[in-house]
Amino acid sequence: MFSIVHIRVGFYLALRQLRRASRWTTSLIVFVMLLTFLNLVVVTGLLVGIVAGISNQFRIQQTGDVMITALDTKDYIENSPHILSFLHTLPQPHIVSARYSTSGTIEANYYFRVDLNEKPNETGASIVGIDPAVENDFSNLSRYIGEGHYLSENDYDAVLLGPQFVDRYSFGEQPGLTPLKNVYPGTKVRLTINGNTREVVVKGILDVPANSPLAARVFMPASEVRQLMGRTDYAVNEIAILLKPGTDGVAFRDLLKRSGIGDKAKVQTFEEGIPNGVAEVQNTFAMIGNAIGSIGLVVAAITIFIVIFINAITRRKFIGILKGIGISGEAIEISYVFQSLFYAAIGSVLGMGILYGFLVPYISANPISLPISEAIIVAPLDGTMIRIGLIVFTTIIAGYLPSRMIVRKNTLDSILGRN
Amino acid sequence: MIQVRNLVKSFKDGPIETRVLKGIDFYARQGEFIAIMGRSGAGKSTLLYQMSLLDEIRISGKEAHLMNEHEKMLFRLKEFGYVFQDYALLPELTALENVALPILMQGVSKGEAEEKAKVALERVGIGARLNNLPSQLSGGEQQRVSVSRAIAHKPSVLFADEPTANLDRESSSRVMDLFKELHTSGQTIIMVTHEDEYSRFADRIITLDDGRIIFEKTVPRDKELSPV
Repeated sequence: MFSIVHIRVGFYLALRQLRRASRWTTSLIVFVMLLTFLNLVVVTGLLVGIVAGISNQFRIQQTGDVMITALDTKDYIENSPHILSFLHTLPQPHIVSARYSTSGTIEANYYFRVDLNEKPNETGASIVGIDPAVENDFSNLSRYIGEGHYLSENDYDAVLLGPQFVDRYSFGEQPGLTPLKNVYPGTKVRLTINGNTREVVVKGILDVPANSPLAARVFMPASEVRQLMGRTDYAVNEIAILLKPGTDGVAFRDLLKRSGIGDKAKVQTFEEGIPNGVAEVQNTFAMIGNAIGSIGLVVAAITIFIVIFINAITRRKFIGILKGIGISGEAIEISYVFQSLFYAAIGSVLGMGILYGFLVPYISANPISLPISEAIIVAPLDGTMIRIGLIVFTTIIAGYLPSRMIVRKNTLDSILGRN
Repeated sequence: MIQVRNLVKSFKDGPIETRVLKGIDFYARQGEFIAIMGRSGAGKSTLLYQMSLLDEIRISGKEAHLMNEHEKMLFRLKEFGYVFQDYALLPELTALENVALPILMQGVSKGEAEEKAKVALERVGIGARLNNLPSQLSGGEQQRVSVSRAIAHKPSVLFADEPTANLDRESSSRVMDLFKELHTSGQTIIMVTHEDEYSRFADRIITLDDGRIIFEKTVPRDKELSPV
């Protein structure tokens, strides 16, 4: 039966054993616990982060925190100029990017086409008219230029192509999308929107992962897209709003809806706007991460068990002496549990420091570039605390069992080293 | 104070059973200093372990193996003190902490336990080396710390198993002087030794051979001993 005296004596012993233990051994055990923590939290966080990276790409490259799009019954956002003016009066938005968006076709290599019966090197495309400066502020589009240059204010008849349109970058053919051959910065292509065709120059080619919303889009200055669309008003097709840090997207969406914008357009947070299935994929990856982390937890438990068992068995004589001089088995067991707790706590605290002090902010600022997304680490504090709880619980069991096994042995046999 | 009747102890190693104690009758009176002597393998230490409840024995008419581990622990903690041949100090505790530990186990505060330990260590002449680890003490000093740990909680009986076996002559004398001083102050001591020289400190000398008491001698003393 455990009592306060047992706990006090156990703590007294544990503290002194830890203080005077080999620093190398202690460091090694703490290192194992640190790796366990990172395995449990970071592997899961990274797997979830791959999917979160996809979601995040949509947020920073397309939707922002809140996105206004045309109603299903309309091709454009009604009263767009008024909505934009209203948005600029509000304190919450950080950057607002208004875009024209339409479908069209691009044709390449038409100069070299000798037989008109041949299939033209042509593809369908989603064409987006942007203000180059604003869009660059919004999505940092110029950062993704793989070849050539970004659009400037005075560009005319110039486009940026997503990698899906260029055969050497393409991730394969998709319905309605045929990669173009021999297209480089400076290559001329024919752009057709609503039957209006214009020859434009490819100014740059984007280099983004396959799942990026930029991958299958063609960007050109908004005024030109508007002309090609034949639009005489300034009604845009999408307004992406990036909010100031700390602003609640849901609350802002509701504010816009209450202001009457909701009657004229579809107002969605970025979570509502991302493609279906991303959340399910995220949950699946989290489950895989937990499974991998659980194996790590079992390995750590076995490691601690072995370490404590070896420690206890090599100290069997002293455990016998402790019992001989009247120290209870419970107090001795508690001393080992405290030592295990120390290893788990220090390992977890160091892990937290590395995770939140370095890994999360660093990888958020410099996402890991993977073929399917720009991965980050998703490690919410509540989830991390649950994992720490698991590590601590497992470690207590792994520390208690071997010490109990040794403490239960006959006192005199332990003192005399008899089996 | 301690009474043993027809004590038998056997060790089994597979099918072979070796009887180490073959019917020992023994008693110790309060304040008595008993030296148990005999050649190697005579059963001296085994007898000590039986009496000191480190192994199984009848205590106050109750079979010790009927006492649970907790009762045994409490009994050893309150009533007995132990001095082992190899000092048996915990290497990661200082002299002070080694002595304070069993006192702490009795439920007193850390400060009080360490204060009592300090007094006990000063009594055995280790007052200047309280914070030394056992590895920083000589064999004689370690044994004195061990004695200090054994007596700090004022046990009824002090058991000592060859306390001078690992010590040089000078250190041995200091430890035996300490035992003499403890005995003078009324401490009951049961000591196993094979050195004739130190048995002269005892009130009674019991000699064992082949698991039996073959000789018992009472050394005349001035003081009166309590009845058995």
